[in-house]
Parts: sequence; C-alpha cells; structure tokens
Amino acid sequence: MAKIGLFLARRLVKAAIILFFIVLINFALIRAAPGDPAAVMAGEAGASDPQYVELLRQRFGLDEPLHTQMWIYVSSVFQGDLGFSYRQGRFVSDLILERLPATLLLTVTAFIFALAMGVLLGTLAAMKVGRWADTAITTLALVSYATPLFWLGLMLILLFSVHLGWLPSFGFESVGAGHTGLARVADVAAHMVLPVLTLGLFYMAVYTRLTRSSILEVHEMDFVKTARAKGVTEGNVMMFHVLRNAILPVITFAGFQAGHLIGGSILVETVFAWPGIGRLAFNALLQRDYQVLLGVFVVTSILVLLFNIITDLLYTVIDPRIEVE
Amino acid sequence: MMKSVGAQSHGNPASGRSWWAGATCAGLLAVGGVLVPALAAADEPRQGGTLNVILDPEPPMLILGLNQQSPTQVVATKIYESLLRYDFDLEPMPSLAREWEISDDGLTYTFHLQEGVTWHDGEPFTSHDVVFTATEFLPETHPRASSNFRQLEDVTAPDDHTVEFHLDEAYPAFILAFEVASFPIMPAHIYEGTDYNDNEMNDHPIGTGPFKYERWSRGDYVHLVANEDYWQEGKPHVDEIYFRLIPDAASRALALETEQVDISSYNNIEPFDVPRLEQLPHLEVVTEGYEIAAPLTWIEINHRVEPMDDPRFRQAMMYALDREFIRDNIFMGLGRIPTGPINSVTIEYSDDVHIYEHDPDRAVELMEEMGLERDGNGNFAQIEMLPLPYGETFIRLSEYIRESLGQVGIDVRLRSTDSAGWAQRVADWEYEITNNFVYQYGHPALGVSRTYICDNIRQGVLFTNTMGYCNERVDELFAEAAVENDEERRAAMYEEVQQILVDELPVLWLLEMEFPTIVNTRVRNHTTSAGGVADTFADLWIDE
Repeated sequence: MAKIGLFLARRLVKAAIILFFIVLINFALIRAAPGDPAAVMAGEAGASDPQYVELLRQRFGLDEPLHTQMWIYVSSVFQGDLGFSYRQGRFVSDLILERLPATLLLTVTAFIFALAMGVLLGTLAAMKVGRWADTAITTLALVSYATPLFWLGLMLILLFSVHLGWLPSFGFESVGAGHTGLARVADVAAHMVLPVLTLGLFYMAVYTRLTRSSILEVHEMDFVKTARAKGVTEGNVMMFHVLRNAILPVITFAGFQAGHLIGGSILVETVFAWPGIGRLAFNALLQRDYQVLLGVFVVTSILVLLFNIITDLLYTVIDPRIEVE
Repeated sequence: MMKSVGAQSHGNPASGRSWWAGATCAGLLAVGGVLVPALAAADEPRQGGTLNVILDPEPPMLILGLNQQSPTQVVATKIYESLLRYDFDLEPMPSLAREWEISDDGLTYTFHLQEGVTWHDGEPFTSHDVVFTATEFLPETHPRASSNFRQLEDVTAPDDHTVEFHLDEAYPAFILAFEVASFPIMPAHIYEGTDYNDNEMNDHPIGTGPFKYERWSRGDYVHLVANEDYWQEGKPHVDEIYFRLIPDAASRALALETEQVDISSYNNIEPFDVPRLEQLPHLEVVTEGYEIAAPLTWIEINHRVEPMDDPRFRQAMMYALDREFIRDNIFMGLGRIPTGPINSVTIEYSDDVHIYEHDPDRAVELMEEMGLERDGNGNFAQIEMLPLPYGETFIRLSEYIRESLGQVGIDVRLRSTDSAGWAQRVADWEYEITNNFVYQYGHPALGVSRTYICDNIRQGVLFTNTMGYCNERVDELFAEAAVENDEERRAAMYEEVQQILVDELPVLWLLEMEFPTIVNTRVRNHTTSAGGVADTFADLWIDE
C-alpha cells in the first residue's frame, strides 16, 4: 500500500509540472492567433468606434503587457482561480462546471459503450475466427472505423429522426416538457442515443479489432494449452485465462483514448447541440475568449492526467505481475 | 411557399404628424392583408402555446443596451422596447411612445409616452428612464451612439410622460435612431449610478416588453414567459418562448424540417438549403423584416495596394463579375442586385447612376488602357483575397470571384482565416480584397456614410473606411446632406454622392442580401415590422 502511496505522490507532482507547461504553452499558442476578443465583439456588433474598442480592451485586461498577463494567469490557475470571462460576464469556473456534467455524461457513456461492445464483439470474433460471424464483426468494425464522425452523426439523424421519427435530433432534453424523475431520465437517454452512437462507434471498432487480434495471439500460448489439457471448459478458458491476458493492450489504448474522447466530443456536441464543454471551448476559440478556452484546457488536461494515473493503477489490478514503481 | 409582402405606405414622413396608439393596429392590418389571404386575416388570434425559435450563435448576454449582436437582438427584443417601431417602409409606428411631433425646423423631437407601463420588476416606467438611457447609459455602451446622437444637445423631461430631444442642427436621420437595437430603453432604477457592465442584474434582464426572462441554460436554450402585466391589453398571445441553441447549420435545417423548431432568422439557414425547405408544406419563407438592417454585401478593396488604387482597375473587376449569377446560384435568388452604395430599401436611395453590366471584354480593355501587361501566365495582376468566414455561402462566393476574375486575367489567391483573424486583418488594413456585409440602419447618415468618408479612416477599427478611399466632395455631400432639413435639396445631394461613388467604386457592391425568415405555417403575425424577427412578438400567435 505504501508503494501505491509513493507512486501516487510521484505521479501527482509530475502531473502538476506537466500541467504548468500545458498552461504556459496554451497561453502562448492562443495569443499567437490573430484577433482579440475586443475586435471580435466590435465585428459582431456591426459597428464600432475607437473609444468603444479601447474601452473593451481595458476591461478585458488586454492593455497589460503579455508577460504580465501570462504571469497573472498562471499564478491564479495554481491558486485554483480560472479567471473571469468578460465576454459572458461570468466566472470561468462556473461556466465550466455548468457544462462539464453534460460532457462527462456523454463521453463516459460513449466510453463504456465502446469498451464493453468492443471487447464483447472482439471476443466473439476471435472465438469464431474465419467463420461468418467473424467476417460480419470485422466488416462492421472496419466500416465504423473508416466513417467520419460528423457524417455518421448526420446519417443517424437522417435515419432515426427525420425518416423514422424515433429519436430527437438535437438537445439535451425536451425543454418545457416538464419531465421529472424516471420520465426525465428516459427523455435524456433518448436524446443521448444518437450522440453516444456517433461518438462511441469509432472507438468500439478500435477495441474490437484490438481485442480480436490480442486474443488470437494469446490463444496459442502454452498456458492456454495447459488449461485446456487440464480439462477447463472452453468458456472458462476464454474468460479467465485468455481474456485476462489479452485485455492489457486494450486497457493501454483505452487510457490513452479517454483524452481523445473529449476532443471528439466537440464535433458531436456541435452536430447534436449538446450543451457540453467541447462546444464551450470551440465557441471560446472563435470568440477569442481566452480565459474560457484556457480554463477548458486546464480542466481537460487534469482529466487526461487523472485517466493516465488510473490506467496505470488498473494494470496492477488486472495483472499482479506488474508492480507500481 | 415563398410569400411576398408588397411595399406598403402608411402616410407621409412623420415630421409634424401625430400617431395614436391605434395606428399600430391599422398598420398591422394593412400589412396582414397582403401577408395572409383575406380569410386568414379575419382569424381571431388564439391565446396560448409555446414558440420554439432557432438561436445561433449563442449570444454573450441578453442586456440589449450592452450588446446588440443579431442573436442578442432576437431574444432581447422581446424583453426590451424602444420609443418607436417601423413599418416595412421605415415609417415610424408607436411603441413606448404613443405619439410624437417633430418641430418644423427639425430641432425638437417631442415624444408622449404610453401610460401605465411597468418594468418587469413592477417599478413604473417614466420619462426619467428615457432621459437616463439617452444621456447616460447608451453614450457609454453603444457602439453606434456617437453617430445616432451626434447632433443631440440635450434631453429633457417636462413631465413623467413626455420627453423632448433637442438637436443643435436638423438631423433627419434622427427619427430612425429609435428602433429597439439602437435605442433600447434601460431601467434607470437598476442601472443609475452603477458600473453598467458590472451590474448584478446583468444576468437577469428587466425590460417593459411582452416577455419576461425566465431561464438561460447555457449551450441549450433561453426561456422567456409571457408578461402578464404587459401594457398592451390581451397581449402577448403565446405563453412562452424557447430559443433553442443549435450550432450546426445542417442540424438547424433538420430541426425546422422535423418541426422541432418554428422559426429561423438572419443567416441561420444557408441559402442553398432554402429551396429545399421552401418545398415543404409546413414551412414558409418570408424575406421582409430586415429593412432596418438592409444588409449590403460587397467586395472590399484595399486602395493602398496597387493597381487597385486606380478606379479603372476596380471598374474592370466589377465588369468581370456576373452579379446575376451570384444572386441566382450562390444566394439562391435571395437578394437584389444593387446599383450603388445605398440599399434600395434604405431612405434616400437613387437608381439614377451608371449601371455595370457583366462585360468581361470591357474589363480587359480597361486594364489594357491602364497600361497593365499580361505576365507569362496571361495575368494582368495578382491579388490575395480573404474570404469572409461567415459560413459556406461566402466560401462559395469567394471561389466564384476567383474564377471570374481569373477569366479576365486577374489571378486571385484565397487565404482562409476565422472570424477573429478576419476582423483583425481587415481592421488593421492587412488585406488586399475581402468580402464584407454591412447593415444600413435605414438611413445613409446612420449606416452608409461611415464606409466612405475620409474622416472615418481609422486603423484598428472595423466597419470604418478600411479601404482608405478618400474624396473630399463625397465627405462634403454626406456631411451637408445629413443636416439638411429641406427634402429636395437633401435628395439632390444624396443623388450626387451616389453617382460619384458608383463611378469611382470604392467597393464592389454585389448583392442587397435578403435573409430568409423560415417559419412553420402554424405561426401567425411573426413579421409585422421592419424589425422582423427582432421585434416584440407581442402580436404573434400560434394556430392549431
């Protein structure tokens, strides 16, 4: 247990250092883009006079030298203050906390869906290798893998919302319907089906292929033959001997992709009008709302760092031969 | 179904005339008679129902005095009101002012306010709110206040329900400065003596309008509910409005198609989707209701870059373009071909100017006349274009421009940016040519002259004279016409300035854009003024 404590402490320190550089680099990158929020707002107003733009720049704190702005930002982030969005007139932490649950709900569901379906289909394909079920699963995986996210999303909307009318095409819930309790859960779930499929199918395909090839590799190893020779049933061989060994590369990949899910969610949130953090970031980028964009980067970076630590811990649970250092 | 609302005239210019509250109804009926078949016009408005409106992009806030972007307007115009509304010919109609007079010398505007109006928090609305808005709030917060109020000397309130605006010189455009996005009346009891941008009520707008703010679920929807104490008896007709945030253009079109939303406005729907939606029996397309905005799109040219400083080169570019093709194939018929700098629905428009037909041979002739020579690839000149990053239509437009200028020997390279980058480059004059579209606000003194006068060449500020065009006669004419109280002399000056600009082509006017308002046919009375969807919706009702 002490080992794990030490491991965690070390990883957290490392994470903080990485975070520091992420904030620094992102700050510099964002500022390298031409245009500032005052120019954007003046552009959107369809009119501007010089005093007005100057006033906006002062209010946004853009009249300070860049290194001063950077120092102010970095030091306040490490004090837990993500700043204030003058454009939206609200605290960045409020904006992010308000939107984070929707994104987490979407991405975690998609993640679980992709992982569960991927491992299941991959295992099935490996067990029936070379047969028609294998061919069907591999083809499905290939198609899901090769289809662009936004196109898939639009086609799903066309089929299920426009032609069949089964599922809503956008939004988080039916606003104004006044659902409560279970009815609300069902309503939100109905709204989630299409975005979760869109976001999850690609990763499902990845896990299917990974699981299948990994199982086929492990399947021929000596310890599996030994297990069979002992008379263990084929199902138990698969569950307790093959899959447990074959799943490690899948876990590695899953930990790595947890971060990507948030990136992919920007697109899905836009197509399905899902009120999440990805869209918040995208709009902030277009509007040069620096504080919000940086805030989203900080929060997602923290999530990715956490995911990585969790993945490393999971290894030791699944394969006790791996020890934390 | 494409419906057309014919131009309706409701009388003479407002000067010296009085309008009673009843005139609103008269105006609406007159318009309704054309809008809807006679039978439908007789329908009684039905009470109740929920309206769903597309909102995109998400507005930064809903305080109309602090932000006047189109999406802010779409929501906030239901909450806030101004003194006047305008019909499709830009004739004023009553709103919070029930009656008004303009003195013969054009120096005093007297407004008589509606009585018994309260703010959404129950406080009474009085002339003090109007004075506060005009003299304290807007001058500090509104980007167009300095041009709208430029002749304003002072504002007085003889009593609780009368306001007088005193000008130092006649300024005929002033009567148009009271539309709600230019002059949203702000509650003095909330804002007086505070930092307007930092007021604690900024997340809960308080107005006098027919709908009250209920909730804003960021990224999802804005919810307004009917104001039961609205000063117009029996209005509004619908119980609540949801403004749904749908960021993807294709999803917006689908939401209309599947009847999940009832109304789209401005450029919510890309023009190439409009013909398809128009075919659906449950949708209708209306292009009226943007007469105040009157957007005019053009190719903006940086006159500091050779050879574009020569008017003959700009004329050559204009001759090379087929503007009918642009209207029909890029904007899908949504628009009119402009004759000059003033939109044909804007006041003081004249068509007595040179007309540029599509004539590529003339373009080549002009460039040869200038002494330009073709290089090894057959090109007279090479220029870089920044496509306006406002959606697919403007990308298509840029591609068309590249092709048609290429055909007469002007090699155009496209360089992409996002909207922030575009705004910065254009404002800082770091471009060669680009597209732009600018609103006119009903009158050349409010929305046209700013683009062309030498005085307004200001680096770093968007929507000024970013081309660097300068002709002193143009400055003189715009300045004198703006304060000319005599109608005929004014018209002559505006005509001359239009002729000069059309000859010299500071920019290349491509299209008087028409925005499509796409509406579910069960929604009635949605477009009742020049404000269109950015009006109160007090008269709107939903049929079963």
